[in-house]
Amino acid sequence: MSHLAKDMTPDVKWQDITPGCNIFEGGTSQTVETGDWRTMKPVLDADKCRQCLLCVPVCPDMSIPMTEDGKRGEFNYFFCKGCGICASACPFGAITMVRDEK
Amino acid sequence: MGIRERLSGNEAIAYAMKQINPDVMGAFPITPSTEIPQYFSAYVDNGEVDTEFIAVESEHSAMSTCIGAEAAGCRAISATSSCGLCYMTEMLYVAASDRLPITLAVSCRALSGPININNDHSDAMGVRDTGWLMLFAETNQEAYDNYLQAMRIGEAVGLPIMICQDGFITSHAIENIELVEDEKVKAFVGEYRPKHYLLNKDEPMAVGAYATPVYYMESKRQQAQAMMDAKEVIRKVGAEFGAMTGRTYGLIEEYRMEDAEEAIVIIGSSAGTAKEAVNQLRQGGKKVGLIKVRSFRPFPAEELCAALKHVKAFAVMDKDDSFNAHCGPMYAEVCAALYAAGISGPKGINYIYGLGGRDVRVESIQHVFAELEQIASTGDVGETYRYLDVRE
Repeated sequence: MSHLAKDMTPDVKWQDITPGCNIFEGGTSQTVETGDWRTMKPVLDADKCRQCLLCVPVCPDMSIPMTEDGKRGEFNYFFCKGCGICASACPFGAITMVRDEK
Repeated sequence: MGIRERLSGNEAIAYAMKQINPDVMGAFPITPSTEIPQYFSAYVDNGEVDTEFIAVESEHSAMSTCIGAEAAGCRAISATSSCGLCYMTEMLYVAASDRLPITLAVSCRALSGPININNDHSDAMGVRDTGWLMLFAETNQEAYDNYLQAMRIGEAVGLPIMICQDGFITSHAIENIELVEDEKVKAFVGEYRPKHYLLNKDEPMAVGAYATPVYYMESKRQQAQAMMDAKEVIRKVGAEFGAMTGRTYGLIEEYRMEDAEEAIVIIGSSAGTAKEAVNQLRQGGKKVGLIKVRSFRPFPAEELCAALKHVKAFAVMDKDDSFNAHCGPMYAEVCAALYAAGISGPKGINYIYGLGGRDVRVESIQHVFAELEQIASTGDVGETYRYLDVRE
C-alpha cells in the first residue's frame, strides 16, 4: 500500500489513507493547487507596469515569478489564491482584480 | 516466581516505568498522581533510568511534550489526575488522531466543583471520547500489571493508552504486590520500533497535517478501526502476560456470574468491595454476581452482552454522572450494547455512586443487590437513574 502524498487523492479509501493523514515526504505543497480557492484573479496590464518589482516580494504564495532577465513574469495561477495584495502594492495601477470565471 | 513487595499504586506505576525505562517523560504534578513523577524523577536523578525527564509548566504542555517525543520515535509517558487531565484534553485528541501510542497513568479524582481531591471517575470518563485506549485497575497489582501491558497494546494498534486507577484508594494505599523481574519486563515490553518517525533522516515526515473535508472522515474511520482491532490485542497481550505471571487479563472479569440472576457492572477499586458483598450474599444462597470492566475503551460490548443476557436484573455502577437527567456514561453504553444485540430480557438500573470520595461499603453494594432482587421478583424497574448512599 502506497503512503506517498501523490496517492492520497480525493478518492482514497479509509483503509488506504495514511494514519493521522501523516505525510512521509518533503515538498508536497508543490502538488497542491491552491489556485482553485480563488474567486478574484489579478490581471497585469503590461503597458502600465514599470517593472519596479514591488509586487514580487509581497506575494504570500510566491506566485509572481522572476524571469531570467530580471523582470516579473506572468502570474502563476496554479498557486495564486487571489488575495489582491499585489494589486494593493502596485504604485502604478498595473494590476487589476477581476472576477475569476471558471 | 515474581518478587514479593508492598507498594502503593503510585509507587507500583513508577516502578513499572523504571523497569521499562522509557525515553521521555513530560509531567506536571497534581494530586493524587503527583507521586508518580516524583518517584520516577528520583530514578532519573539516581541514574537508574536514562529517561529524559521534562518538567513542564502545565498538563497541556506535558501532553504536547509526549506528542513531540512520541512522533520523534521515542516512548513517551506522563501521569495526571482530575483537572490536569481536563487541561490535557485538547492534546489527548491530537495524540490519538496522530496515532501516537503514548502511555498515560491516571490516578482518578473528582472534578471541581465543589473542589475535591478524592476519588471518582469524572476525570477519566470526561475524556472517554478522545480516542485513547483506557484500562482500569481494581488493585495496586492490576495497576502495575496493566502498565506493563500498556505499551504492547498501544503500539500494536497505534493508539495512546491510559492506565487508570482510583486516586488515594489504590494510588496511596499500600498493598502486597508481586513484581515481575526486570529482565522479564524488558523482554515482555520489548523495544519501540515505529515504522515512521520524525528523527528518521532518510524519510522526511510531517505529523499533524490539515485534513480538508475530503480526507477528514476517512482518517477518523481508520482511527475507529484501530480501536476495534485493539480488543483482540488486549486479549492476546493479557493471555501472554498470564503465561508469564499466572495473572491473565481480558476485557472484563466475570466474578461468580455462573447461574447469577442479579449482577452489577462496575469499574475500579469498588469491584473489590463489591466482590465481598457478592461472597456474603452467595453464602446466604443468593444468586448474585459481578462484572468488572477492565477495558472501557475499547468498550467490551459483546462480552457484556454474553455475561448479562441470562440475568434477571442488573445495575450499572457509574462513579460519575453525565448530568443529562437520564443516566451515567457506562449505563448508557451497556444498554446500547444490549439493545443492539437484541437482548431485552434483563431489567437494568443505574447507580451514580462514590462521588468525590464517598465511601463505598459492602452494605452499599448489598443495598443495590436488595433492590435488584426486588426488581427481579416483581418485574417493576422503577426509577432507573439513582444515586447511592446520598442523604435525603
